[in-house]
Parts: sequence; C-alpha cells; structure tokens
Amino acid sequence: MPVTPQLRCCDASGCRSAGGQALRRALEEARDAAGLTAEALAIKPVGCLRLCGSGPLVACDGPGPSQLFGGVAPEHAGALIAASVAANDGSAAVSDDPLAAHRLDLSDPFFALQQPVVLEGCGQVNPESIDDAIAFGTYAQLHRVLQELTPEQVRDEVRRSGLRGRGGAGYPTGLKWDTVALQPPGPRYVVCNADEGDPGAFMDRSVLESDPHRLIEGMAIAAYAVGAERGFVYVRAEYPLAIERLRLALQQARSRHLLGNHIDGTSFNLRLEVRVGAGAYVCGEETALLLSIQGQRGMPQPRPPFPAQSGLWGAPTLINNVETFTAVPAILRQGGHWYAGIGTEHSKGTKVFALSGAVVNTGLVEVPMGTPLRTVVEVIGGGVPDGSPIKAVQTGGPSGGCIPAERLDTPVDYESLLELGSMMGSGGMVVMGASTSMPEVARHFMGFSVNESCGKCVPCRAGTVQLAQLLDRFVEHRATPADMERLDALCQMVKVTSLCGLGQSAPNPVLSTLRWFRHEYEAACREPAACVAAGGVER
Amino acid sequence: MLHACRALLTVAAAVASKSWWETIAMTPSAPASTDPRIAQVIRRHGARADALIEVLHQVQELHGYLAPEVLREVATGMGLPLSRVHGVASFYHLFRLEPPTAHRCAVCLGTACYVKGGAQVAARIEQRLGVRLDDAAGDGVWALQHVSCLGACGQAPVLVVDGELMTRLSVDPPEALDARLEAAGLPQRTTT
Amino acid sequence: MSVVTLTVNGQDVAVPAGASLLEATRAAEANVPTLCHLEGLTPVSACRLCLVEVEGSSKLLPACSTAAAEGMVVHTHTPRLREYRRMTVELIFAEGNHVCAVCVANTHCELQDMAVTVGMDHSRFPYQYPQRLVDATHPQFTLDHNRCILCTRCVRVCDEIEGAHVWDIGSRGGQCHIVAGLDEPWGQVQACTSCGKCVDVCPTGALFRNSDTTAEKQPNTTLPALLRTAREQRRWHNQ
Repeated sequence: MPVTPQLRCCDASGCRSAGGQALRRALEEARDAAGLTAEALAIKPVGCLRLCGSGPLVACDGPGPSQLFGGVAPEHAGALIAASVAANDGSAAVSDDPLAAHRLDLSDPFFALQQPVVLEGCGQVNPESIDDAIAFGTYAQLHRVLQELTPEQVRDEVRRSGLRGRGGAGYPTGLKWDTVALQPPGPRYVVCNADEGDPGAFMDRSVLESDPHRLIEGMAIAAYAVGAERGFVYVRAEYPLAIERLRLALQQARSRHLLGNHIDGTSFNLRLEVRVGAGAYVCGEETALLLSIQGQRGMPQPRPPFPAQSGLWGAPTLINNVETFTAVPAILRQGGHWYAGIGTEHSKGTKVFALSGAVVNTGLVEVPMGTPLRTVVEVIGGGVPDGSPIKAVQTGGPSGGCIPAERLDTPVDYESLLELGSMMGSGGMVVMGASTSMPEVARHFMGFSVNESCGKCVPCRAGTVQLAQLLDRFVEHRATPADMERLDALCQMVKVTSLCGLGQSAPNPVLSTLRWFRHEYEAACREPAACVAAGGVER
Repeated sequence: MLHACRALLTVAAAVASKSWWETIAMTPSAPASTDPRIAQVIRRHGARADALIEVLHQVQELHGYLAPEVLREVATGMGLPLSRVHGVASFYHLFRLEPPTAHRCAVCLGTACYVKGGAQVAARIEQRLGVRLDDAAGDGVWALQHVSCLGACGQAPVLVVDGELMTRLSVDPPEALDARLEAAGLPQRTTT
Repeated sequence: MSVVTLTVNGQDVAVPAGASLLEATRAAEANVPTLCHLEGLTPVSACRLCLVEVEGSSKLLPACSTAAAEGMVVHTHTPRLREYRRMTVELIFAEGNHVCAVCVANTHCELQDMAVTVGMDHSRFPYQYPQRLVDATHPQFTLDHNRCILCTRCVRVCDEIEGAHVWDIGSRGGQCHIVAGLDEPWGQVQACTSCGKCVDVCPTGALFRNSDTTAEKQPNTTLPALLRTAREQRRWHNQ
C-alpha cells in the first residue's frame, strides 16, 4: 500500500452523480489554501470504492490504516484536508471531529468480508492513467506471459483455476479457450461482452469505469492464448463514462505498444476496438452480440455452430464477459491453484455482486463463491433499512428468480442457485422487503422481456405478451383457476421452446415466484379459494 | 376456423381507412438535399457494412434523429439495401426515427429502482407533465420514456432529465418528489 | 459420399453427411411440421414447430438447422412436443388477424393446414386483434400485415435467390413487421423487380397477387430449391 499521503476520490458514475467531481475540486482548493503541494498530499480520482449508496466516497491514505468517508459535501473539504494532515503527522484525532458523521468503518463486514480479486485495482488506481495502472502492476502478467509462457501454458493455468464464465451461464472458461484455440488454422477473434443489461447489475460498468487497463490486459492474455489478433469490446451505449474511459485506456495502451504490432518485442499482434451498442438487451446473448458487432439486427441464431467454432465473419471467436477477462491477470500472477483454492467444489474463485434494493448497504461486493446468501444480504448488506425481515432476494435479473427468505442459507454458487429456480446471472442482487408483491415483481420482469424480445421466434415474441397479460390479471385480482393453469403451461412452453437464452429464461421470474410464493398468486385470484383448489397439486 | 368478427372489422377498417393512402402520397421519393457530413462519417469508417451501427450513432448525433432521407443517404453511401438499414435503425431502442422533443425525461424502471418506487416516480411525472410514458411525441416539448437499467442501482430510484442524472429520488412524501422535479425544471402542466 | 445413420422414432435411417435432422426425419416419413422453413432458403429456426427430442440432449433441437449426426436417437411426436406445437400455433393465431373465410389463401394456406395437423381448433390465449395495415401500392401484389406470421421467407427469398433485398424486418418484439425499403409503400421501392417470388413462397395470405380473390391463391414453394440447385450445379437445361 502506498505510504505517500493521498486522498482517493471516487470518480465512477455513482459517486459522480452524487457530486463527486465538485467535491474533488473543493478538496484541491482546500489543499492549496492549506499551503500544501500535490506532492505533499495527492488528490487522486479513482474508481469504485464499493459503498455506492453512501457516495460521494473519499478514502484517506497515510502511514496508518486508511480511512473512508461517505456522503461528503464540498463544504467538508477543509475538514477532510485537516484530517488527512493529522493522520500523516501522527497527531491524535481532533476531539470534536466534524467528519464523525461521515466516517465509515472499514472493519464493518461490508468491507471486511470482501475479497477483492477482480476488483483489486478498483478504487486504487486512477482509471485514466496508464502510468498509475502500470505502477499498480497491471500489464506485468501480459509481459510475463509473452516472454515466458506458451499459449498452451496460459490455457493450462486458466483451466487449473476452474474459472467459469461470469456472464451468467458459468461455462468453464479454460474449456472455451481450448475450443477456440484448437480450431483449424486461420483468423480468430476475442470479444468482450460488456453489454451488461440485467436490471440491478452494475459490476461490469464499475470495472470499466474503475480499472479498464486490467480488462485490456486480460483480453490481451486471452488473445495470445487462443491465437487471436483482433478483438472487440461490445459496450452498451447506456454507459457513456465506461465507454470514454475504455477508449482512453485503449489509446494509452496503443501508445505504449501494449496493443498493436509486435507487442513487447514479440511476434504477438493485437488490435482491440470498442463497439457501442444501441439499446438492445438481447445483444447480451452471444450470437446476437456478434451480429450487432457486424452491424446487423441483434437477433440470436441457433447454436450450434457455437461462436467458438464459427463467430465473427465465420471465424472462431472467444466471447467472455468483463469480469471473466478481468479475473485472468490475477489468476496468472497467483497461479491457477490459488484461485481454485477459493470458492466451492464446482464454483471456484470470487464473484462480484451488485447489491441494491431494500438493503442498508448498496454497492459493489466481491466475495468467495459459496458465501451464504444470508451473509451477503444480511451481514454485508445490513438487511432491510427499517429492520424488518427480508422477504426475498432476486438474483440473475430477468433471467433469474426470487429466492425466499427461508432459503437464505444457500451458498451462492452456480448449481445451488439453479436448484432454487434462480441463476447466478451476471451478479445483480436486489433485496426485496415485506411490501414487495411477488406477482407484481413477476409482471415487472415479464414487461421487461416483452420489451426486449427480438421478435424472431414465436414463443418469445407472442408468448411473453400473453404471459404479461396473464400476470396483469393476477396483479389486478381478476384471475381465474384457468389462468393459473395457462400460466403454468405457457411458462413451461416458452422456457423449453424459445430460441435463445432470453426467451428460455423469460419465464424464470414467474416460475420461481410461483414456486416459492404461490399463495400470493392464489390470493390474487378473483376467487382465491378456487385457485387454491386448482393449483393444489403443483410443485 | 373460429375467428371473431372483430378481427374482420379491423381488417375492413384498415382497408377502408384513407389515412395511409394520404401518407403515401406525401412521402417524398427523393432526398431533398444531401449532407456532406454523412458522407464524411461513412468515409471515416471505410464504408464497411459492419460499421452501420457506429455510423447511425454518429449521424443521429449530427441530426438529432434518423429521418428517412438521412437513412437513404446512409444506405446509398454504404452500399446497403434500404430495408436492411431501416431494419437495423428500428431494431435498437436508442435510434430515434422521429424528431425528438426539446426536453426529455427517462425514468429508470430497473429492478432496484422498481423496488424503490420507480413506477411511482414515472406516474408522478406523467401526471405533472400531462404526457404518457413511452409516447415519444410527448406533448411536443416534453416526453417521458422508460429505461430498463442505468446501472445506478446504488442510488435508486433514478431519473435522467435532459441528460442529467438525478439520484435517490424519494417518493414519500410526494411533495418532496415534486420539489426535486421542480428543481430539475419539469414544468407543472396539469392542475391536480 | 459419406453417410450417417440414426434412429427416428425407432426407425433406422441413413442420410448423407451434412444433411439436417429435418431431412433425416423426412427419410423416416416422420412428418415433422415446419412453417418458417423452406427448402432452398437458409434455415432460421424461428417458428419452433420442428423442435424434436434427441436423446442425450437436455434441450429440444430445431430439426431444420441441426445437423444429423451418427447414432442420434430422435423422437418427433412425443406428447409434450405435440402439446408445444399446438400452443405455438395457438400463439400464432392469437397474435395476428387470421380470418380464413375471407382470405385469398383459404384452402391453400400452410398455417391453416398446420392448425389441422396439430389439432388446434381454437386458441386458449386471447386474440390480440392488433391494428395492422395493408399495403396495396404495388401494381401487381398486395401485402396484408394482418396475415403475416413473420416466417421471413419473403425476406430470405428476395435476398438469397432474387438478390434484391427489398424486404427486411422492422422494429422488434411484438412490433416486428416486414418492411419494404425504408418501411415505405412497396410500390415505391425501386429495388423490387416484381418477380413475385415473395408472393409464391408466402405460407399464408399475407402476400398475394392482386388478381386473386378469396381462396384463389396458388402458392409455389418449390421455386427456391429449384433455383438454388440449378445455380449451384449450373444446370440450365432450357438453354
């Protein structure tokens, strides 16, 4: 950790919207007013400091342990400068601390239980400075890989780590890399899926805004491992700051010859480009994403052929999401075995979650796989703000489901969540309190799926519309026992017969709430007793 | 086959309706004038077909929206079928095919915002402005649209007013929300 | 030519390597229903009627776009497949405005036949009665969006066989509709060669000749396959 006294100001979009930039300017003025130079006290814009709900956040580093302040207004700038000077002098804390109300306890479980791997550099490095990233160790693994390892050795290490795709489905990353690498000779592509569209998910946005060089390093290592010389990062247009920082980072990397031809003096070449989406959730589906990169309508195509065999312009294409690529440099630095030592038997390593909804601490959380859901939402998240019990936790966005309070002791890993009728998804976790009605939640998600269906296959295009109308009947208390049957049957049909992941998982929010909160649907019938009788045999 | 006569009526109405004939008569068959900036954008991308989405983004930035004559220029310049260009432009939500209103609100209805009252925020704005959610025409000056998630879930519920993100809106009491909306410049169009 | 052998509904069949599952099921005379598929056009797997069960696969697979593989054990008419097919047809009928009695394609309509095939006589799902338009601007043909099921045969035949790419799909989700040019009146689209292939391959009465009235449409769906084969094998018998 740096000993140079410095203030790290969160400059990711969460804290920006809470006034982070004005605060940083006020801090600089206060520093000048206190007669301090930038060398004596650095004020550095950094990425996400995790507790987004309490922004703007400022971390204060000195010889002692770092301190964190939240909800800081520009008028507190003077006090903050004074506090950091005091911390560096070693002088005792001021008796009447004007910042007492803003001091965040770093020993709080929200911070203490986190294990940063992907988020290592988030909140540490200046996302707009490649020098800062390099000083932090970014690109060191790319250098080592290019100088010392063969592509096979890199893939071995990734396979050993047990890393699985963090975009949702959890396909083993090493296996995917091998599949691409072992295709017949010819051009190959690497693609980073940064089309994070699940409502309630902001992990990828945070990584792009906080530590873009780490992602570029991960992608470059992947490109080397599979033999690709060209790649794309597909970012959703709703993330302007992420796009801006990524473009800047790519430009900086090119100017340092970390991208381009003969990288690091070797024969390895790589061209990376940003492609910006235009507002289509379905483009997070990999075949749709590839079509969108090629300038077409993002309509999913049947697989096989899988992109690993035939992707961009028919060439083998490796697609991983932001978090997956970003985990790679740490895996190579510490070794696959180290990574595999974290997590559970089938879900290795750490996972980043975006915690939001009816919870005290909203923000970014990285914990080992297998951490009980209760630990995440109650201990780390702090439970529902008014102290009432949690009703359910929604994971996996519109493709996932609601996990009821009585199952909160489930370890968070791919298989356990699937068993509960939800899924890992990309990592959005929305906590729901007692006042949330489950048929309404289901309708909310179905409305999303109707809106985002590409319209290609019948079950998704027409089925989701019918499902949304059926759910309307429950929300408006005019459902009948026949509606209950139709809902069950149509959910099953859309899930099994739709062409792509969007359609196949669109019924999940309904199915999971039907499974765990069926009584709410029954109570929402025009004649609840009749619905209870009709649906009695389910489960 | 059993099909209600209402469907028949719909068909008949569509056929009988003169409105679409009139629309056709008014549609200009050739672009009024060409914009050299569009050709420039296309050139910058080497007229590659895969750059269509990037080109549309940049052209929309220049013109505010993608009018038919603009799409025609893009298609001609890139050597792409007209229907393909229209297909792409109409597929993605962020491409506007109609002129935008002077002011725009986008209310987030992502899960976190939804749980924290995003729908109430939307309803309040609908009432205040006298517009319907997701009616791109709005009242001619203001329009209210929904977005699926802005990734600002930590500050839910959130709203974007003319590109400016407003966070942690409080729906209770409604007066507090009104004060925030007032401060953001949303006029009170309807009397309640 | 190498051959793959597989089992369809308990019957062994042999098809050339590279053949689709659909061809294999046809070799077994299994009568797997299809709507969007048309011989000679790229399969899109959109209608989902040709989904079949393959042992060892957790998912149902579209026969039109899945390659037949050695040793596959395929079931084409299990109870759940029958049920899903019926629901799919119900959804298609409920989605548009299909009024057989006044339709040009009555008795020559693949959708109508499909309803009979899957045993669908009414929809359990409410009819949506969407507001859709009719484009009668072309001098020879008419497009009635009310009858369109978005199979995209017209889009594909125009792009892949005729090479004019007059048609594409506009908008998305439930708003999807076939567009000519920039969603313009068909009659104004200069790219159209008036070849009529789109009309010939349309499975319903959505595209028809102006000269046809109720129940008079005579589709010709064999053209794309003939033209494609002729082109690939340079078989110009008549020259």
